[in-house]
Amino acid sequence: MTVLKGAPGIWFPVVLHLHKKKKSQCDGGEARKRRTEEERKVKANDREYNEKFQYASNCIVTSKYNIVTFLPVNLFEQFQEVANTYFLFLLILQLIPQISSLSWFTTIVPLALVLSITAVKDATDDYFRHKSDNQVNNRESQVLIRGSLQNEKWMNVRVGDIIKLENNQFVAADVLLLSTSEPHGLCYIETAELDGETNMKVRQSISVTAELCDPNHLASFDGEVMCEPPNNKLDRFCGTLYWREKKYPLTNQNMLLRGCVLRNTEACYGLVIFAGPDTKLMQNSGRTKFKRTSIDRLMNTLVLWIFGFLVCMGGILAVGNAIWEKEVGFLFQSFLPWDPPVDNFLFSAFLSFWSYVIILNTVVPISLYVSVEVIRLGHSYFINWDQQMFCSQCNTAAEARTTTLNEELGQVEYIFSDKTGTLTQNIMTFNKCSINGQSYGELTGPLGIQPTRLNFTPLNPLADPNFCFYDEKLLESVKVGDSHTHEFFRLLSLCHTVMSEEKSEGELVYKAQSPDEGALVTAARNFGFVFRSRTPGTITTTEMGQTVTYSLLAILDFNNIRKRMSVIVRNPEGRIRLYCKGADTVLVERLQPCNQELISITSDHLNEYAADGLRTLALAYRDLSEEEWEAWSESHRFADKATDCREDRLAATYDKIEQEMLLLGATAIEDKLQEGVPETIALLSLANIKIWVLTGDKQETAVNIGYSCKMLTDDMTEVIIISGHTVQSVRHELRRARERMLALSRAREEGKGIEGWAEAGFMRNGCKEGQAGDGTADGGGEGARKPSQCPPIPPIPSNLMDSISGEFALVISGHSLAHALEPDMEEEFLSTACACKAVICCRVTPLQKAQVVELIKKHKKAVTLAVGDGANDVSMIKSAHIGVGISGQEGIQAVLASDYSFAQFRFLQRLLLVHGRWSYLRMCRFLCYFFYKNFAFTMVHFWFGFFCGFSAQTVYDQFFITLYNIVYTSLPVLAMGMFDQDVPDQRSLEYPKLYEPGQLNLLFNKREFFICITQGIYTSVVLFFVPYAVLSDATQSNGVPLADYQSFAVTTATALVIVVSVQIALDTGFWTVFNHVFVWGSLGSFFTIMFALHSQTLFRNLPNQFHFVGSAQNTLLQPVVWLTIALATAICIVPVLAFRFLKLDLKPQLSDTVRYTQLVRQKRRKPAGRSMGGVWRGTGSVSEGRLGARGGSRRSGYAFAHQEGFGELITSGKNMRLSSLGLASFASRHSTGWIDTLRRKKNNPTPPGTSGENSPALSIVSGSVPPLSNSSSVLGGSQETPIEEEAVTAPAQNTDSDLAVCKQTSTSAVSEAAKPHGSAQANAAGVSTSIRGRPHVKDSSGGWAHSLGTVQVSHCL
Amino acid sequence: MKEEGNYANRPSNTAFTQQRLPAWQPMLSAGVVIPGFLLIGLAFIGIGVGLLITSRSIQVLELDYTGTETSSPCYQCTMSNQSNCVCKLSFSIGTLFKGPVFFYYGLTNYFQNQRKYGVSKDFNQLIGDVSYFKSPSSDCQPYQRVNGKPIVPCGAIANSMFNDTFKLYQIINGKEELVPFDGKGIAWWTDYNIKYRNPDYTPLKNAFNDTEKPVFWTKPAYELDTSDASNNGFINQDFLVWMRRAALPNFRKLYRRITEGNYKDGLPAGNYSLEISYNYPVISFEGTKKVTFSNVSWMGGQNEFLGIAYLVIGSMCVVMSVVMLIVYAKFRFPEED
Repeated sequence: MTVLKGAPGIWFPVVLHLHKKKKSQCDGGEARKRRTEEERKVKANDREYNEKFQYASNCIVTSKYNIVTFLPVNLFEQFQEVANTYFLFLLILQLIPQISSLSWFTTIVPLALVLSITAVKDATDDYFRHKSDNQVNNRESQVLIRGSLQNEKWMNVRVGDIIKLENNQFVAADVLLLSTSEPHGLCYIETAELDGETNMKVRQSISVTAELCDPNHLASFDGEVMCEPPNNKLDRFCGTLYWREKKYPLTNQNMLLRGCVLRNTEACYGLVIFAGPDTKLMQNSGRTKFKRTSIDRLMNTLVLWIFGFLVCMGGILAVGNAIWEKEVGFLFQSFLPWDPPVDNFLFSAFLSFWSYVIILNTVVPISLYVSVEVIRLGHSYFINWDQQMFCSQCNTAAEARTTTLNEELGQVEYIFSDKTGTLTQNIMTFNKCSINGQSYGELTGPLGIQPTRLNFTPLNPLADPNFCFYDEKLLESVKVGDSHTHEFFRLLSLCHTVMSEEKSEGELVYKAQSPDEGALVTAARNFGFVFRSRTPGTITTTEMGQTVTYSLLAILDFNNIRKRMSVIVRNPEGRIRLYCKGADTVLVERLQPCNQELISITSDHLNEYAADGLRTLALAYRDLSEEEWEAWSESHRFADKATDCREDRLAATYDKIEQEMLLLGATAIEDKLQEGVPETIALLSLANIKIWVLTGDKQETAVNIGYSCKMLTDDMTEVIIISGHTVQSVRHELRRARERMLALSRAREEGKGIEGWAEAGFMRNGCKEGQAGDGTADGGGEGARKPSQCPPIPPIPSNLMDSISGEFALVISGHSLAHALEPDMEEEFLSTACACKAVICCRVTPLQKAQVVELIKKHKKAVTLAVGDGANDVSMIKSAHIGVGISGQEGIQAVLASDYSFAQFRFLQRLLLVHGRWSYLRMCRFLCYFFYKNFAFTMVHFWFGFFCGFSAQTVYDQFFITLYNIVYTSLPVLAMGMFDQDVPDQRSLEYPKLYEPGQLNLLFNKREFFICITQGIYTSVVLFFVPYAVLSDATQSNGVPLADYQSFAVTTATALVIVVSVQIALDTGFWTVFNHVFVWGSLGSFFTIMFALHSQTLFRNLPNQFHFVGSAQNTLLQPVVWLTIALATAICIVPVLAFRFLKLDLKPQLSDTVRYTQLVRQKRRKPAGRSMGGVWRGTGSVSEGRLGARGGSRRSGYAFAHQEGFGELITSGKNMRLSSLGLASFASRHSTGWIDTLRRKKNNPTPPGTSGENSPALSIVSGSVPPLSNSSSVLGGSQETPIEEEAVTAPAQNTDSDLAVCKQTSTSAVSEAAKPHGSAQANAAGVSTSIRGRPHVKDSSGGWAHSLGTVQVSHCL
Repeated sequence: MKEEGNYANRPSNTAFTQQRLPAWQPMLSAGVVIPGFLLIGLAFIGIGVGLLITSRSIQVLELDYTGTETSSPCYQCTMSNQSNCVCKLSFSIGTLFKGPVFFYYGLTNYFQNQRKYGVSKDFNQLIGDVSYFKSPSSDCQPYQRVNGKPIVPCGAIANSMFNDTFKLYQIINGKEELVPFDGKGIAWWTDYNIKYRNPDYTPLKNAFNDTEKPVFWTKPAYELDTSDASNNGFINQDFLVWMRRAALPNFRKLYRRITEGNYKDGLPAGNYSLEISYNYPVISFEGTKKVTFSNVSWMGGQNEFLGIAYLVIGSMCVVMSVVMLIVYAKFRFPEED
């Protein structure tokens, strides 16, 4: 079908590459099919036939266990953890009497505890998975069974079933669209769950099945589909339908994928092709790979080291044992004979090794892992509970969906953010406007006073209550009846392609293709110019309460090259007027030069708006006389019917009439950023986090948003734009960029000290515009052009203002990125990108998003965080260390794949700077202390080994060993790990620099680890040798010696518990009531439990186990024991205390400083105002004021995702229900032609010749060829030409030569043109200087590549 | 604009969930640390001085009687073929040895803390549970059975019980006067009353039917002190003292107190003779035996180390506080005005 042979790869290498890839995938898929299984064959309504193939059913299972398998599977999984297996191994060792130096319960109790805690957690997780699976599987859908519709659960839907979908329903499986309730087998879907795009897409059934509208016909439908096996490519599908001995090609355009929602379509029928796990949605989701934090990995390394250390200790002691047994033990046999099985010292040493492995194993206590999990769980709850991360608008609290990554949040260095829905709300609001030189919408009131929202209802009962506007002057002006203002809003109410739906009187719902248009029409509506309804030939509005019907003479539709749209209407009085709105850059050229003053004022306003990050449009009108109209109409008709270069001709015609216009004003639309986005970004960059925006949007939009969220600023040294299409050009551009950056920064350094270069900013801007011009539409020879546009910046005058913020930004488009991500370019790209402060990648595919993340992960060893809200972000979210989902409007795929989710981008700052930072801090402190306390605890055995004949005699009571980690010392450190705060949350937001230690990994690394184990070993030395020195000769005050083993054990244990408690008290910086309870409670519990264990009662019952009876009271009543404990504590703690104090004084950390200041301030009871020391202030202050309006570069224009073609759709009336059409006559010429035209555009969009030559043929015979019969794509999607259409299109090739003439750029397009596939390439490659057909950019497979024609025109102005 | 109903999922606003619990946030500020160090230092020096003085006031007399050297009076007892060997050790005391005087025996290089030695006993036997008399714990190996009969008390510890006996005579005018020894209450109260119990048999001997005495013992457990039933069997004080095994290879154990008669106030200056019934072999494993006379204070016996350590730590704290003061004065934390 898609023949690519001989495609001119020189011209279209990028797209060619992609297409080749696609093709090979398709072929590869087929090959694989043959190898692994037969090609997917699905026969409609024939379950028996389909069952042969055993396709997956529509039941999805994401859960891991069921009740029966839970225990074995879960235990099996748990014992795959090295640590658990290790402890199991220890347990087995302990059962060997010759080795067992400890009772079995010292290991089994903690192990059982750990296993059961983990098991409970796993069980809970799985329970929720079961629940959600059930919920999905039990959704109902209507299945056509034996001719009647029956409700079936989703899980019972089979491949080959025909299901009926109703409006707003989720699609249950991947289905082939058969027919719909709408004309021409059209249906609309929203694919938010799949790819994150909220705009509606059109799908169309193939014409033969579109007629099968009622269940009876469908029930007898027995077509067979042969198609590719399941895969995860969302944007492609190839298959063939065999029905009634004919073949019909199927493309993605005919498919409804699971996860889509049906919109604006009453119902449709579809044939299930892929079900359940085979659906593209499920194939894309896959199993989440388990993410580990860097601390986790470090911890595992350290644990391995400790194992090594353990083996060394065991080895040393075993050698000691061998020597001792040989030298001493051998002689001591008179009192302690060697066991018969152990009759030589080497074997004894071998056993002793294992015995020591058992008793020293507490250096890696099993409770480490479980404690870490508990702490993380706690931190996750704190995230869930945080009210400041609760979004009241959407009633969503933040959610930590994984509990294993919290501390990594404190180490993030790179943030990859999606744009739409993440940075922006994807809501456009009419924000400001300039009418006849008067700007409205500025908030001029005194600061701090909340401006009142205008109330429109008294003026206009049809007003949309959700519309916000604050400037009363505008309303006044409307009321007064200012003619300019009226005309302004009239234009807005007429010049658009919005469809309206009036459900009941006065309740208008606008369906706009792009939110921008909707915002404009809504604005007009509220100011009294209400767009009510339209027919193909009329527009009905209510103007200031009076219904007016205009006859719509023409829509001069929008496209990316024209960057404007116009309508020509005749008002009831019969006057003909052309209304035009468009990018100021294009419009200004077409204005009557008479009113220069107005133009310049408006231009100033536009500049202001643009500087505020608003999207601007200029509005103009022109009166046409009847003659003019007639003449133009004629030429238009002619152009429309032209056989070749129709697009060009039409454009020329349009251009002819869009001249000599009068400026009305300008609008400014805010692509509403989410609340607090600029502040968040500023704050995060202050915290040294680099933010990359990866968006599927067009470059212009992305850059615009980059400016409005202050990622890009006009202060930036340079915004580098990479938009090459070949490896060479991308490489070249990257190199040039680096050279420039070097040169500029060098220059800046040289230029330091020179003050006040007034022109610097100007020159910079000028140059930037030139740079930005790279990718513009007229860049047919862009590579060659740009140097001339932008003369190299003179080295010295490089701006001074920038020396403060010598920052670069990189904007790279998806097709360039594809090259930049190739292995040999990676490094180059990375070095350039990482030198930039902000990086924006636009037009990137989901896969590329993930690739970029992987690239950073691979080369930078930095922690990455990806944030997004759509399904197109899923791959990125999954591949980043941390994935954050914005639970916004765009479905829940991202959230489901994410590790953390919340409703607003701005919560990211709290998540990272507060929760992440705390988590990291707590985890590090926890780990340091934990290793410390266990070394202090365990190493005592090592020293004791030298005095007990290396016999693996423990120093402590076995109960103490069992309980030390799980009772005596666990809670205080848990409390610290849970609650500790070095500085309060608002301080961490005030001083983003506090985040740095996490990024540099300062708080817990190998060095810190060595410090804490050294401290632990030191403590163990003290704890052994001080009692040793004191007690060996000591007696109780009644003369009984104190040096018996049990007294020694009690003394050492008590000293140990006290020392580690004092240590945790020192480490705890934030003593909440829990810390108090746990620290004192642990000490208390130690004494209580010890006395209980040494009590008579227990001894009487189990004399074997509790033979320490009486030791506690005998020992602890002795003053000398307490003196020993005090001495040991002092020796352990005093150096630590001194060291910390000196460090605090000599080398304070920022957090110490902040904390100190905080405390001093608290102490002095100063009002907690802003009087805080100015020293650190600079580091933390958040950018004041949203808008540094000075000298903003203009970023205006039709940046929004507007698509061509709807104008035609409207004038044809095809998309209107008959009811809304009323009696409106179909405009004869368009009545059938629009869809063909669309298809033509789609199929052959670029080479104007093709469409030109195709269109007349088709539109002339409009009726004869079934208009929709073969169109594989209507508004978007694939380029495949229907198979049987090939004969029809074949003649088209005859005119290739015309085409070539028409299109001077590339003769090589000739062969392309014939093969519709090539059209997208041509388009994407941006060769054509006048690309016309750009329908549904997003949806087409090479869609992202289309953008380049649209870029940055305004910069070049 | 915000609707009230929208707060359904709002997390609760408690100090705990919002991590705003009131908390004490200590900081190592100079105002606390420096005086703290000074105080601790002074306190430690004080304690150290006190300990040292107390310790110095305690009198200790230690006599080695291993007999490894030929000059030693017990040298002849080290010959292997000697049994019931008695040797006499003479010594003199210059000043009054203030009472109460404690008399210890000491062993060195003796590994009571060896793991296998330590576990080699049966607690159930020792609380008088006769059912364990018949089948001693396997921990007692190789002193579990002898000639097929169970050993009671079994195990290496009991088997190796120290069996030298001592008699102290003061030589007054060439005449030996026996210094009375008090053997009561030399073991822990808990050991005597709880941990070790005799089986409830009268006579005690009957409980030991069909059992063997430990191999090294000369007499069975029920004959350890035939004169005093409350000091016989498992609750024999010497047995209890021995069974409380030492933590370190060099240890001493209390043998008797000197609290009675003329010696209530201590051992007067003069010449003494210690008669040792030398039974316990230590030469084979290079051990030594010694006896110690000592009196005690509130803090127990003589303990130089503790006092010195306190003094050292105390002075270090004081020095540190001075160093800290200097550092603080020089690099004082930048403070807000």
